[in-house]
Amino acid sequence: MNKSICLYFQVHQPFRLRTYRFFDIGKNHHYFDEYFNRMILRRVAEKSYLPMNALLLKTIEEQGSAFKVSFSFSGIVLEQLEMYAPEVLESFRTLIATGQVEVLAETYAHSLSSLRNTNEFERQVEAHSAKVEQLFGIKPTSFRNTELIYSDDIGARVAKMGFPVMLTEGAKHILGWKSPNYLYTNAINPKLKVLLRNFRLSDDITFRFSQQSWPEWPITAEKFVGWINKMPEKEEVVNVFMDYETFGEHQPISTGIFDFVKALPAAVIQNTAFKFSTPAEVAKKHQPVSAIHVPNAISWSDEERDLSAWTGNNLQDDALEKLYSLAEKVNASDDEQLKRDWNYLQSSDHFFYMCTKWLSDGDLHKYFNHYPSPYEAYINYMNVLSDFMIRVEDRHAESQSALNDWVESTEKFGHEIGKIASEKFRDAEKSVKSKISETKSKAKPAFEDIKNMSDAKIKKLIKELDAEQLVIAMKDAGEEIRDKVIPNLTQKARKQYDSLHEKLTEVKQKDIQTMRKKVEEKLKNLF
Amino acid sequence: MKILMFGWEFPPHITGGLGTACFGLTKGLVKHDTEVIFVVPKAYGDESQEAVRLVNASDVNIDLDKDEEREYWDRVQYMEIGSNIIPYVGPEAFSKITEQEKRASENFKSKVFAQSYEFSGKYGLNLMEEVARYALIGSAIATKHDFDVIHAHDWLTYSAGVAAKETSGKPLVVHMHATEFDRSGENINTDVFAIEKNGMEKADRVITVSNLTRKIVIERYGIDPEKVVTVHNAVEPKDKETPTDVNKQVKEKVVTFLGRITFQKGPEYFVEAAHKILKRDPNVRFVMAGTGDLLHRMVNRVAQLRVGHRFHFTGFLKGDDVDNMFAMTDVFVMPSISEPFGIVPLEAMRSNVPVVISKQSGVSEILKHAIKVDFWDIDGLADAIYGLCHYSALSEDFIKYGKQEVENLKWEHAAGKVKKVYQSAFDSYLKQSTNS
Repeated sequence: MNKSICLYFQVHQPFRLRTYRFFDIGKNHHYFDEYFNRMILRRVAEKSYLPMNALLLKTIEEQGSAFKVSFSFSGIVLEQLEMYAPEVLESFRTLIATGQVEVLAETYAHSLSSLRNTNEFERQVEAHSAKVEQLFGIKPTSFRNTELIYSDDIGARVAKMGFPVMLTEGAKHILGWKSPNYLYTNAINPKLKVLLRNFRLSDDITFRFSQQSWPEWPITAEKFVGWINKMPEKEEVVNVFMDYETFGEHQPISTGIFDFVKALPAAVIQNTAFKFSTPAEVAKKHQPVSAIHVPNAISWSDEERDLSAWTGNNLQDDALEKLYSLAEKVNASDDEQLKRDWNYLQSSDHFFYMCTKWLSDGDLHKYFNHYPSPYEAYINYMNVLSDFMIRVEDRHAESQSALNDWVESTEKFGHEIGKIASEKFRDAEKSVKSKISETKSKAKPAFEDIKNMSDAKIKKLIKELDAEQLVIAMKDAGEEIRDKVIPNLTQKARKQYDSLHEKLTEVKQKDIQTMRKKVEEKLKNLF
Repeated sequence: MKILMFGWEFPPHITGGLGTACFGLTKGLVKHDTEVIFVVPKAYGDESQEAVRLVNASDVNIDLDKDEEREYWDRVQYMEIGSNIIPYVGPEAFSKITEQEKRASENFKSKVFAQSYEFSGKYGLNLMEEVARYALIGSAIATKHDFDVIHAHDWLTYSAGVAAKETSGKPLVVHMHATEFDRSGENINTDVFAIEKNGMEKADRVITVSNLTRKIVIERYGIDPEKVVTVHNAVEPKDKETPTDVNKQVKEKVVTFLGRITFQKGPEYFVEAAHKILKRDPNVRFVMAGTGDLLHRMVNRVAQLRVGHRFHFTGFLKGDDVDNMFAMTDVFVMPSISEPFGIVPLEAMRSNVPVVISKQSGVSEILKHAIKVDFWDIDGLADAIYGLCHYSALSEDFIKYGKQEVENLKWEHAAGKVKKVYQSAFDSYLKQSTNS
C-alpha cells in the first residue's frame, strides 16, 4: 500500500503597528514598530528558524530523497527576512536548493482578501508567486490560503487560477464521520485536489508537546510512529501542518522538541509504510475518495475552526470593511510606499488582535497579542487606517487632477490643432478656389490670357489675324501683352504693325472691345 | 481675615478639577485681603505657595497621650472601604490600586494612631483610613494655628473641617464641588453620603458650585436653604498661549469630547450624535479623549455604527496634550447627564473653541456664548455641532464673545463672593460668642 506523510510548515510574521495616536493622523505616515518587529524576528530566527533549518538540512543530507518537507512563506515575512535576517533567508535557500522542499503559494500579505475582494486576492497570489520565484527560483504550484481558510467557493476560485491542489483544515464539523487521511476534491470543481490537515496529530505536536498534564506526554518519535501505524489500513495520507515557530519558539528547546524532530524522519522511514511527500506529490500519487463539502469557510484556528478569530465582531468588521473599501483606489495608484503599507495593513494578525472571544482560546490569543485589550488594538489600527485613507484619497485626487490636466491639455491641444487645421483648410480652399477659377477662365479664354501663353501659341494666333485687327486689339493692352506679342511678329508683320500703329492714333473703345472679343473667339477656336 | 483651608490636592499634583479650583480660589482670595493656610494630606514640595501657606499633614505628629485627640478619635467611626468610593479614578486604575494596597487596609486602626503617618494624598484603597487620619490632623492643626474661619473642600476633608471646628469653636464653611449623586448616580455610597450630610449639617455655611448642586444639597441632603450659597467657579487665565507649532493635520472639522468616559458624562449621546452627523456629512472627525468604565462599550458602539475611521479615541490626555487637543478642535461637546459645574468647557472657550454643553451642567447657568441642549436630545446635539462646524458666522461669534466671556469669569470675583460668605459666617460667630 502506498502511503504518504506530508509535513508542512507555515512561516509568517506580521509587521506590527507602533502606538499610533490621534495626533499622528495626517502628519506621520510611519505605522510600523520597526524595533519591535526586528526584535521578534531576530528572536524567532535564533530560537527557531536557524536551528530548525540546520536540522532539516542535516536530515535531508542523511536521508536523501526519502525525506521531504513543505513550506509556505508570507510575502511579508520574506520582506522581514530580507531586512532583518538575510542569513535565515540564505539558509532557506540552501534547504530549498536540495530539491526535497516544496514551497507553496499563498497571499502576499497573509491577508483575508479571499473573504473580501476577489481581485485583490488574485493580485496578491500573483505577487506572492513572483516574490517566491525571485528569491528561490521556483514557481509554486500548490496553494494554501491564510490560516488554511477554505470554502467551496474559495477552492473553486483557486482552481480557476490554475492551482491543482490546495491545503486546508480537516475540521470535525465538515468531515463528520469521514477521515482526514485521504485525498479529497473541491465540491464545485473536482479538478482541485484538497489535502486535509490531521488536526489531532498536528496539535499533539503544536499544543500538547510540552503539556505534562496530557496523559500521552511525552511524545517520542516511537510513540508518533506507533500512532500512525495503528491507523486503519486503508487510510493513506497523513497531513501534519504546523506553524514553523512551533519548533523552538512556542515549544522551546528545553521541551526536547528538536530531539523529536531529529528522531522522527528515520523512525517513519524505517518503521512505517509512510513515505514523506509534498502536497504536489500527494495530489499526483493518490486517488481522491470524494468531494469535500465546505459551504461555510473554515480555518485551522481556535476550537471553532472557523473565521471567528479575525471576523465577526464589530471591531473587526468595521476595520475590514473600511480597509477593503480602498482596494480599487490603492491598486490604481503607482505610489510604491502606499502599496507597501496596503500590503502590511492587510495581515490577518491585525484583526486577530481585535478578537473579543476570550473564553476558549484566550490564552493563545494573549500569547500572540501585544495590546492590553482588543479595544486598544482597534483604536490603534483605526488611527493608522484613518491616516492611510487620507493618503489614498490624496493620491486618488492627485491622479484625478492629473487626469483632468491631461484631458484639459488634450482639449487645448485639440483646439490648437483645430485652429491650425482650419487655417490649412482655408488655405487649401483658397487654392482650390483659385484653381477652379483658373480652369474656369481657361475654359472660356480671355484676352488677358495672352500674357500666359507660349510663344508658339501666340505665333499661331498672329497668323489668324491681320495687322489692323491686331493693332486695334492691342491698343492700350498693357506692356505685358505687348511684350509677349510684338517679339513674335515676323519682320514683315512688324513693319505693318508699326506703321498701322502710328496711323491709328485714335481708336474707339468700342472697336477695341469688339476686336478683343474677336481675338478671344480665335483663341477659343485655336486651342 | 485668616482662613484655615482643608483640601485634598494642590497643583501640580492633581487628578481632577478639585485641585485646580482650590488653587484658583486661593489666588483670588489674596486679592481680597485674605490669608490662607492650606492643608493637604501630602505635599510634594513643588506646589505653588504664592497664595497660600501650605501645610503638609504628613508632617504633623500626633501626641497620642493628649486626651483631646484620643477623645476625638473615639467619635470617628471605623469604616470599611467600598469599591464605589474613589471619585476620580477609572475602574482599571482602581483595580490596580486595590491590588497594590490590599494589605494596607489590614492594619487600619493601628496606623491611624501612629505618631506620624505618611499620607498618599491619592484616591486609593485606604482612602477612608486617610480621611480618618486627616480628621485627626485637622483637630491637631486647629490648636496650633490662629485663624478666623475654617473652609473644607469636598467630603474628603469634611471630617477634618468638623474636627477643627470642634477643637477651635471657629465657624466652618464647607464647599460642595460634587455630590455623591453626581459621582455615582443613584447607586450612592452611603458612607460618603453620611460624611457629606454630617459635614453640611455641622457647617455654618455651605457653598455650592452651581444652583443645580444647591438644589441637590437642599432636596436630597435636607440642608437648610438659608445657609446654602451658590458661588460659580471661574477659570484661571491661560499662562501661555496655545503653542503655534500644533497645526491641525486633518482637513476635516474636529469635534471633541474630553472627560471621564463614565455614565454621568453622557459619552453615548456624543457617539450617537456623531453617527447622525457622519451619515450626512463625512467631513467631520470626532475625538473622545479620556478613559473610564464605559470606554470599551463606546469603542464597540463606534465600530458597530461603522464610523471607526471618523471617530477616534485618545486615552487619557494630560498637560500639553490637552492644549494640543484644543488647538485641533473646532467644536467642544460636554453632554453630561449630571455635572455640578464643569470647568472643561471654560478651558475650551479660553482656547478659542466654541462649545456645546448640556442644560444639566452647572456651567450652563452662567454661560451665554455656548449652545445648550438637553443631554438626551441627540438631534439637538447633532444640530448644534453641525451648525458650529459649518456656519462660520455662528462659530466666529462664539469664539470671539466666548473668549471674552470666559476672561471675565475671574477667580477674583468668585473669591469676592466667598469672602462675603466667610464674613457672614464670622459675623454670626461673633454675635453668638458675645451673646453667650
